[in-house]
Amino acid sequence: MYLIPVLIGLPVLLAVWMPFLREERVRGTVVYAGAGCIMAATVWLLVAWGTGGCQSTVFFTATKTVDHLMSLGDIFLMCLIVFMSVKYHRLAPALLSVAQTALLLYVEKTVPIAEKEHMMVDWLTVLMCVIIAFVGGFICIYTVGYMKGYHAHHKEYKDRQPFFFSMLFLFLAAMFGLVFSQSLIWMYFFWEITSVISFLMIGYTRTEEALENSFSALWMNLLGGLGFSVAIAALAVSQGSAQLSDVISSSSLLPLACLALAGLTKSAQMPFSTWLFGAMVAPTPSSALLHSATMVKAGVYLLIRIAPALQGNAVGLMVSCIGGFTFIMASMMAIAQNDGKKVLAFSTISNLGLIVACAGTGVKETVWGAIFLMIFHSVSKSMLFQAVGATENCLGSRDIEDMHGMLLRLPKLTYIMGIGIAGMYLAPFGMLISKWVALKAFVDSGNVLLVIFIAYGSATTMFYWTKWLAKLISQHHARTGVEDVTHRDEYLSMYVHSVIMLLLCLLLPLVATYVVDPIVAEMFGTSVAVLSMSVLATMAVMLASVLIVPTIMFFVSKAAKKQLVEIYMGGINRGDNRHFTDSFGEEKHLYLSNWYLRFEFGRRRLLKPSLVLSAVVLIIVFCMILGGAL
Amino acid sequence: MKNVSKSPWLLHYDASSCNGCDIEVLDCLTPKYDLERFGVINTGDPFQADILLITGGVNSQTASVVKQLYSQMPAPKVVVAVGICACTGGVFKECYNILGGIDTVIPVDVYVPGCAARPEAIIDGVVRALNILDKKTAELYAGKSGAQGGHDGR
Amino acid sequence: MNRAVLVIAYLVLAPAIGGLMDGFDRIVSARMQRRRGPCLMQPFYDLRKLFSKQMLAVNNVQLLLNLSYLAFIVVAGAMLFGGMDILMCLFILSTADIFLVMAASSDSSPFANMGASREMVQMMAYEPLTLLVAVGFYLAAGSFHVADIVQAPVSAVVFMPGMLVGLMFTAAIKMRKSPFDLSTSHHAHQEMVKGITTEMSGATLAIMNIAEYYELVLIFGIFALFFVNSSWYSWPAAILLCLGIYFLEILWDNVSARLKWSQVLSSCWIVSLLTGGLNLLILMLIQ
Repeated sequence: MYLIPVLIGLPVLLAVWMPFLREERVRGTVVYAGAGCIMAATVWLLVAWGTGGCQSTVFFTATKTVDHLMSLGDIFLMCLIVFMSVKYHRLAPALLSVAQTALLLYVEKTVPIAEKEHMMVDWLTVLMCVIIAFVGGFICIYTVGYMKGYHAHHKEYKDRQPFFFSMLFLFLAAMFGLVFSQSLIWMYFFWEITSVISFLMIGYTRTEEALENSFSALWMNLLGGLGFSVAIAALAVSQGSAQLSDVISSSSLLPLACLALAGLTKSAQMPFSTWLFGAMVAPTPSSALLHSATMVKAGVYLLIRIAPALQGNAVGLMVSCIGGFTFIMASMMAIAQNDGKKVLAFSTISNLGLIVACAGTGVKETVWGAIFLMIFHSVSKSMLFQAVGATENCLGSRDIEDMHGMLLRLPKLTYIMGIGIAGMYLAPFGMLISKWVALKAFVDSGNVLLVIFIAYGSATTMFYWTKWLAKLISQHHARTGVEDVTHRDEYLSMYVHSVIMLLLCLLLPLVATYVVDPIVAEMFGTSVAVLSMSVLATMAVMLASVLIVPTIMFFVSKAAKKQLVEIYMGGINRGDNRHFTDSFGEEKHLYLSNWYLRFEFGRRRLLKPSLVLSAVVLIIVFCMILGGAL
Repeated sequence: MKNVSKSPWLLHYDASSCNGCDIEVLDCLTPKYDLERFGVINTGDPFQADILLITGGVNSQTASVVKQLYSQMPAPKVVVAVGICACTGGVFKECYNILGGIDTVIPVDVYVPGCAARPEAIIDGVVRALNILDKKTAELYAGKSGAQGGHDGR
Repeated sequence: MNRAVLVIAYLVLAPAIGGLMDGFDRIVSARMQRRRGPCLMQPFYDLRKLFSKQMLAVNNVQLLLNLSYLAFIVVAGAMLFGGMDILMCLFILSTADIFLVMAASSDSSPFANMGASREMVQMMAYEPLTLLVAVGFYLAAGSFHVADIVQAPVSAVVFMPGMLVGLMFTAAIKMRKSPFDLSTSHHAHQEMVKGITTEMSGATLAIMNIAEYYELVLIFGIFALFFVNSSWYSWPAAILLCLGIYFLEILWDNVSARLKWSQVLSSCWIVSLLTGGLNLLILMLIQ
């Protein structure tokens, strides 16, 4: 399959080329062309694979040279991490990195590992490729416009755009490599690249806070990497293999648990969640691409891959409980945030928690739900991040309080944001269907804790999204207008995302039958009819109520003759709905705030206990596995 | 047209009253008088009120408030001035800050005198207001005074 | 065929039934306070008056959002009475409520805004139990479909008495009854005018009232689901029991004072966990 090297190589080439493009216009054109080529190549892959009968196929059995190159790459990454750690006086990342690389190289040298196929193309891989290429590609296009605005807005940071684009494309290459890999050693290599890129991007602004957060992201991801290399070592020693498929077929829990640990760190589950909201200091495109749409999905992807092996054992129970717990705790903490990006970060952690809980349960229905959630979450989160980024460039703030009445000030961005938010939790959109499926599957699998988590978690999820949406829709005429400085590149990407979002919603049954069902069938041997016919009828009702009813009502309410009056302020409205007369007879400005319930749901109160609790669960399960109790 | 008179909702505003009349207005809602048996609800909201019940004379601070509240009530609507101060300004009429009765700022439909006005008198005033309300409704639908009471808010 | 009749009956009769129930509520409340109270048809007089009033508004979108609220509630109710998926029905019901919150927030006014925030807290308070109740029906009857639940040989209440108690507790929020009537109240004079409905007048308020009537019938539909089974006499029994529950809610409304939001939230969550969660655990163990 010649397309795999193309998909990995093309972004690498672009990444190498970027630093040499100093001219902004040229660079923009190259980014457009590059993203287009990546998307085209993916479509080509899709067509070639589809016409080949949609079989899962494996490639690259004998790859001595590439193996050696990858070992060199591992060593290079280790040196880079050690160098950075020494430069900024950090100990943990260096130790972790040296330990895992040394362990891996030692195992590779001493333990005979059967040479098997290294890469594979199957349904899940193709789905991931499409997500990476399209969401990633459009985010690259968005970045062209965004970074101009970002540096116009933040004069204090050094303009390192070529580096940023380089990292973006390199990241795409690593992601492609990761999802194609069947050999764990190869996957580990790409895994490490994504960790390092995430580290470099979080540190983009080189402020004190950025450094601090980038190192915290680094050591947590490296801990996962260590888990990964321990998993490889354990598998190599016990099975003489380093294949992903052998993890599933073997019955030993240690490699499974270590891979699960890697998955949990990458997808920022408790107790490793702190790195993800620290990562929000990075420029928005990297938050959109790495920290919500794709990189954190790598962890989830790994967990979905090993999901069939997780069913009904202690590791699966641990993963699903941590996932469910993360779902509810992160959604509670999201309530107390007023920074738009922080809310998105917590909501990402929380939704990933739901996906992880689904994967950890490991039955057909939950994996179905997990994949479905993954698709919807990628698109709508990427869209929301982009919209918040663009809003920040216009308003000069990403505080949700400042978005009061944004519908009247930045209508286009508000619509995009609204579609994104609606996609995250409202009735006819995909996330809710997935939640419905997940709830049913949790009940069937008999996990009462998860059912309670999801019941409470969806209530808190609803709260923080609704108050954001309500803030946007307020009909408040601000004193001063705002100029929409969003670039065309940004709008292009956001429009495409919203169209995809709406299409996904409209074509939901088709997505279910032709994308998600085959993946489940491939993983478990048989498919499962999760969406029964009556639910499809329900969907038709929903769509009617979403499209037709509002249209009719729009005209009805338009036709109604209304007389507009001032809002009620106890009779002391100054006539412009913005000011009132205070008790001294003077004019006061009206300020309306959302509820953040900081005392009840704040990070200060909830974060530490939940980190401790989940860490304890993790440690206990690991002790039990290492001690041989399981 | 008995649309409105079967469910008249009140807005009670104290323009500068000594609270004597206010207590009597609240009396009307107690079990003894129970205005709700006529469907009357004492809503605190001009947007949902049909009858504006004002106690006390208008002073320079409350004049704009009275006007604004009146403008936020949807037609058809009536105004009942409760107590002698609301009717004419009463003993405070000559005070430096009192503009006079309610009718100095908005049109008043029913005057209920008394100091304080008795609950029976207030109920009687409200019932009279209902007749006027019915008349206004009929006029509104006959299109005679379509924009009656309409105050342009913007 | 039968289902279509039920759905049409719901669509046509629900406002009438809801209105009558409201009238009944007002009379019973008045008698509890030693008053005479209005007549039974008072809610319909109110509606007729509201529709005949001049259209006042503070913005151009509130009516649209209120209509959406009504439409979603009607869809949710039609799903319940059409024998469809109860979980999906409850999801749509909460979506409907979100439209009400947006309608209130669109005013950008202090009282409506406060009401909207409180409404959101209320939603957060009752949401967990509604989901647990749906799961309880699934475990008791083996299906999320209302059509299957009503065909069960034994009434669901036998399996989920805890959930019934919990739902009676949290349903007071949906019915806007004390001690949970934070966001807006049927009673006059509260600390923030009329809360979410402050700027709703005339037809806009009437639409909101009609939506509440649809919602009331929907909630009692869910209560009835606890009692009905495959035998015919369970239906009249369910109606009687629902009336009994309604009476208890009214009684509770009249004897309790309004709570603060944090008390509402914590009490509802704890009660949900103790009744719904425990009941669920037992149900899952005996399955």
